[in-house]
Amino acid sequence: MAEGGGKIDPMHQFEVQTIAEGFTLGGQQIAFTNSAAWMLVTVVVLWLFMLGGMKRALVPGRWQMMVEGFTGFIDNMLKANVGKDGRKYLPYVFSLFMFILFANLLGLLPLGLVGLHPFTFTSHFTVTGVLAVMSFSIVLIVGFWKHGLKFFSLFVPHGTPVWLLPVIPLIEFVSFMVRPFSLGLRLFVAMIAGHILLKVLAGFVINAGNAGLLPGLGVGIPSFALMVGVSALEILVAGIQAYVFALLTSLYINDAEHLH
Amino acid sequence: MDAEAAKLIGAGLAAIGAGMAAIGVGTVFGNFLEGALRNPGAADGQQGRLFIGFAAAELLGLLAFVVAMILIFVA
Repeated sequence: MAEGGGKIDPMHQFEVQTIAEGFTLGGQQIAFTNSAAWMLVTVVVLWLFMLGGMKRALVPGRWQMMVEGFTGFIDNMLKANVGKDGRKYLPYVFSLFMFILFANLLGLLPLGLVGLHPFTFTSHFTVTGVLAVMSFSIVLIVGFWKHGLKFFSLFVPHGTPVWLLPVIPLIEFVSFMVRPFSLGLRLFVAMIAGHILLKVLAGFVINAGNAGLLPGLGVGIPSFALMVGVSALEILVAGIQAYVFALLTSLYINDAEHLH
Repeated sequence: MDAEAAKLIGAGLAAIGAGMAAIGVGTVFGNFLEGALRNPGAADGQQGRLFIGFAAAELLGLLAFVVAMILIFVA
């Protein structure tokens, strides 16, 4: 895709670049990359955001209302999906939601204008896969801890007819094991698709502008208008994907807590 | 037809899947609105289910996108 002059490579933004050479561990280079740098930025921004809202003022200001809105939102989600037992998972699900939300939003910032290219690390399966495996292992650990081997009754839903018994556990098992993949895949593909779309449209604007006045006006301006709309859509998608990740995590935790 | 052209055609065909997912997502939100307008009181409580349905429908479209990307960049 990158060959040919004047072509804009929409995949370049996803390249992991080394910022500082690290050390080698077992033949693998462990380096400080732009991915790690933006994870650090996300954590710092998130930390500052939470710090500004945790003053516990009796009459909350705007900032505190914002933070409390987020915590209340996740708290309600856990209460609705897991019930009373869900309270102890609030720190994990909240951190997960806020980390993904901030990562998605920071990746959308137009900082390229000042030469600082944001890197959306949630557009890499290595990152979202690890987050998904974390959620999945919490489900496994809690499930086996609480229910022991009874946890396997998850694969036989209540009221399964006897003649379906050879089939249903197999289907349930496959759908259970696919969860971490679908969880990680959804976030990373949604982010990658949106960013590619934005870059392709940006390529239209630049190439049409270089081609002359008529294509510049006829193609460039509609493409730019579309870019503005797609950017708004991407902000929505960033929120929805973070929400869906947290929601599905809480649903899976509900399975582990209560079986079904 | 050489292999490169076949790959690109296959990637284009995978876009049909993305369009189908668009129908699915539209159905999910459309039916939710239809129900929510009939009984607005019950709508807020069902938002979690709305997004579960949305996530399930969307995943299949994203898989079509993954197929296209694999055909172009990997295969």
